[in-house]
Amino acid sequence: MTATVQSTPGGFGTRMLRKEDPQLLTGENKFIDDIKAPGQLWMGMIRSPYAHAMIDAIDATGAESMPGVHSVLTGAQLADMGLWLAPMPCAWPVTDDMVNPPHFPVAVSEAKHVGDIVAVVLCNDRYAMADAVEQVIVDYTPLPAVATLQAAVDGTAMAHSDLDTNRAYHWPLDPNPEGTAAAFANAAHTVKARFIQQRLIPMPMEPRGCLAIPSPAGGEIVLYSASQIPHILKVMIAATTGIPENKIRVIAPSVGGGFGGKLNVDADAVLAVTLANKLGLPVRWTEERSECAGASHQGRGQIQHVEAAADADGKITAIRVHLDADMGAYMMLITPGIPLLGSFLYTGVYDVANFSFSCDGYFTNMTPTDAYRGAGRPEASYAIERIMDIMAREIGMAPEELRARNYINGGEKFENFDAASTLVFDSGHYKPAHDRALEMADVAGLRAEQARRRDTGEAKQLGIGMCTYVEICGLAPSRALGGLNYGAGGWEHATVRLLPTGKVEVVSGSTPHGQGHETSWSQIIAEKMGIDPNDVEVLHSDTALSPLGLDTYGSRSLSVGGVAIALAADKVIDKAKLIAAHQFEASPEDIEFAGGSFSVAGTPSKSVHIQELGFAAFTAHDLPDGMEPNLQEQVSFDPPNFAFPFGTHVAVVEIDTETGGIELIDYVGVDDCGVQVNPLIVEGQLHGGIAQGAAQALFEEAVYDEDGNITNPSLMDYLVPSAMELPLIKLDSTVTPSTSNPLGVKGVGEAGTIGSAAAVINAVCDALSPYGVIDMEMPATPQRIWKAINGGAA
Amino acid sequence: MIPAAFDYTVADDAEHAIQLLGEYGDEAKLLAGGHSLIPMMKFRLATPTQLIDVGRIDDLSYIRRENGHVAIGAMTKHVQLETSDVLAVACPMLSHVASLVGDPSVRHRGTLGGTLAHSDPASDLPAAVLALGGTIVAQGPNGRREIAATDFFTGYFESVLAPDEMIVEIKVPADTGGWNYQKFNRRAQDWAIVGVAVADGGKGIALVNMGSTPLRASAAEAALAGGASVADAAALAADGATPPEDNNADGVYRTHLAQVLTRRALEASQ
Repeated sequence: MTATVQSTPGGFGTRMLRKEDPQLLTGENKFIDDIKAPGQLWMGMIRSPYAHAMIDAIDATGAESMPGVHSVLTGAQLADMGLWLAPMPCAWPVTDDMVNPPHFPVAVSEAKHVGDIVAVVLCNDRYAMADAVEQVIVDYTPLPAVATLQAAVDGTAMAHSDLDTNRAYHWPLDPNPEGTAAAFANAAHTVKARFIQQRLIPMPMEPRGCLAIPSPAGGEIVLYSASQIPHILKVMIAATTGIPENKIRVIAPSVGGGFGGKLNVDADAVLAVTLANKLGLPVRWTEERSECAGASHQGRGQIQHVEAAADADGKITAIRVHLDADMGAYMMLITPGIPLLGSFLYTGVYDVANFSFSCDGYFTNMTPTDAYRGAGRPEASYAIERIMDIMAREIGMAPEELRARNYINGGEKFENFDAASTLVFDSGHYKPAHDRALEMADVAGLRAEQARRRDTGEAKQLGIGMCTYVEICGLAPSRALGGLNYGAGGWEHATVRLLPTGKVEVVSGSTPHGQGHETSWSQIIAEKMGIDPNDVEVLHSDTALSPLGLDTYGSRSLSVGGVAIALAADKVIDKAKLIAAHQFEASPEDIEFAGGSFSVAGTPSKSVHIQELGFAAFTAHDLPDGMEPNLQEQVSFDPPNFAFPFGTHVAVVEIDTETGGIELIDYVGVDDCGVQVNPLIVEGQLHGGIAQGAAQALFEEAVYDEDGNITNPSLMDYLVPSAMELPLIKLDSTVTPSTSNPLGVKGVGEAGTIGSAAAVINAVCDALSPYGVIDMEMPATPQRIWKAINGGAA
Repeated sequence: MIPAAFDYTVADDAEHAIQLLGEYGDEAKLLAGGHSLIPMMKFRLATPTQLIDVGRIDDLSYIRRENGHVAIGAMTKHVQLETSDVLAVACPMLSHVASLVGDPSVRHRGTLGGTLAHSDPASDLPAAVLALGGTIVAQGPNGRREIAATDFFTGYFESVLAPDEMIVEIKVPADTGGWNYQKFNRRAQDWAIVGVAVADGGKGIALVNMGSTPLRASAAEAALAGGASVADAAALAADGATPPEDNNADGVYRTHLAQVLTRRALEASQ
């Protein structure tokens, strides 16, 4: 633990404006759709309008004869072309017997969800492409569709007609089943609930897209992709297509958000690369919004069966959870593992001795699911924080009191806590955030106002909800991932290079798509090396510039990638110190480093700034004997443990009991993400994360009809909230350094989302408690609220 | 997101637009603000091969007080209704309703004539004009005719406008009695799940998104005129309506909303 806050300009704790923003605000950045290649072919997808159907025949003659159409390729034709060695990759076979039918980029005989690709067109321009897509005639024979997760569980139809089950896997985590059973048998209070985690659409501001540029003579291929994971994509493209990995370069240009939605290896990328390679022409694809909303992977999709047992004092003695998880039609890159990322968090921030968990993954005839902001952990946080409120009501105890009685270590500071879920929580200190959040929200005052409104019977009633969450971030220790059957490690790589003129280049394997890495990484250099953050350039998102990396997801960038940068900076400093000692003709042990300058202990007049040593290292005219030229060091950091950020959120809602109308009128978050590099960026992440969690609670749901059609694949019908629907979010923080890395940092990219949905629904249920409402399905729409108030019968 | 191919012509004035409509017939659509038509074209729900741009006809953009009513040019934008000094005095309801349409970019492009011609039952302004007892002035090859708003709307996105007619002016009564507009939605920028416009102290009550057209709540109006209480009249608000069903609301809930919102609008307008 060496986390210290120094007074270095631009160092840790500086609310520096983001270096990225001027280019973004002026439109100077290049996104995927801004990048063109001469002779490029536009690829368009012909997609199934049926959730489940046999593909009987495809008539492309009309489309092929249209001007500007290069070719039309059906799934069968593509299969015959031998473009790929292996099916689309799933890197996380969570059990040895997981069912995973081969999934190819284009369906050959059976379409398995609305939006499944059945043929592609290649055209000279995007207008011809849009016209040609409409002229490919496909004959289908519809099959029974599994259009809900419950239908998949019930097995009334099969999502894959050649399987006799919809269940893909059963995954248990039950370290002490006898203990759990005994705790329930002996409990003074037990409660259970069935929560539904509706499907959500990641909906980044920029949809996905790709452009593959071949070199027919040399064999190299460059893939531009609006991706969170260029490094992983490169490996997976090589493994899937057989194109030698050393011939593939993947570049993620400016990427307009991802939220997990760009954390995949999708059919479009495999098609673009293989067709470009085959044809010797660049191939590009730009996703339409309706494709983004309806055909690219979605998030959540779970039914959660949650039980809790407590003793007479309100001490939670056991938690038992079973999940049914909606995989959608296919296993994508990490589809099966997403629910399991939350499995270790169903006991939340509480010291619960007994924990039993299991998850069944099911195929349905809906769009595949995969990562979405929080990926398994918001679901877990929601379940435990909702069941805590239900238990509080069962016991007749205030929800904050029940929580306080159950916090790990009584809410006092702890390090390295062995949770019943088998993980070790790095550090925590839950009571200060709890107290501060309740104080900032004035929960006591709100309860008085709530009582007044209840007494007077006003139409608008108040609800107050809280959530104390913990999350797992910093994915991840490679050995832990190996233990979970995950197909990659969790390290991150960085290079720090002091240039001849004293400027710095940082090469990062993390891949930003809105997080502000360039600013934060510059501040790490400022903190460590005493160098102005504006003297730092960050190189990233291109496998040629940054050959080693595992990219950005799971709130891992700072606590893994940032730490790698800090450690590489340490190595540069160590080497530079030897050069300084050589120049001063002093022993390295006598050299001190502070504020970016080396000096000889006791002789402060002998001083040199580290930036001045770049030229000496470059010319190598007079380096210590045996020293290699240049100041460049690299580190692959593999953390020993995850990091566990936490915090307490309070949501206040006002419900119009006549109409069911609901407004989120106040929101407080007190978060602890460990040591903060840039509080401004921390707050920005929390604002967006809280908005996305509140969106799940109140607004968003991918709604499928009984035939498996998505009914709202547009920004008109899929209700992403705007600033008009959100209150001014009030934030504060506590700082409990992580023990999992030398910077003491944790992570904050997903924390807001993990805390907010439960807080908002707890507030809704609190407001409606006089009506006997115990639970409310998300999103809590006005119609659902009104029906709940009226006994569900109206 | 890419519309089917189309040609585009700018109309110099109403006569020119009507002449072009005659030439192109069913293939043509008038383009005003475009905030409804262009998205429908991008989804390929509408595939006109000829767009006639009437949004640049400056002569059709005005708001002026005339003999007991306010005359509004068809190409007057929502933001102009919102900020009009004339309407602020003569018909503040229309300004208020305009301020609730979509978001600022919609209000800076959308036009009153365009939204009426589009005849979307979920739009705010058609119901406001209906509640106010407004008149729609249409021009065709044989000149102008006046159509009462109550006779104008015939179905989803359908009106009595002939294929070769365009709206040139809207008239609303000036200086009428108390008014209110209740718009219920989940996001500020959205169409109303249900809306209720009350004009002239309850003489005109119109419903948004309660059927295939903007609707007058005739039973509630009649009850009120006959001396019924606001609560009793409001209970009749949805009589005869056939509310649509969608992800936001089923018919039962829409009916309930229409009743509550009508009561609130009447109370606020008294």
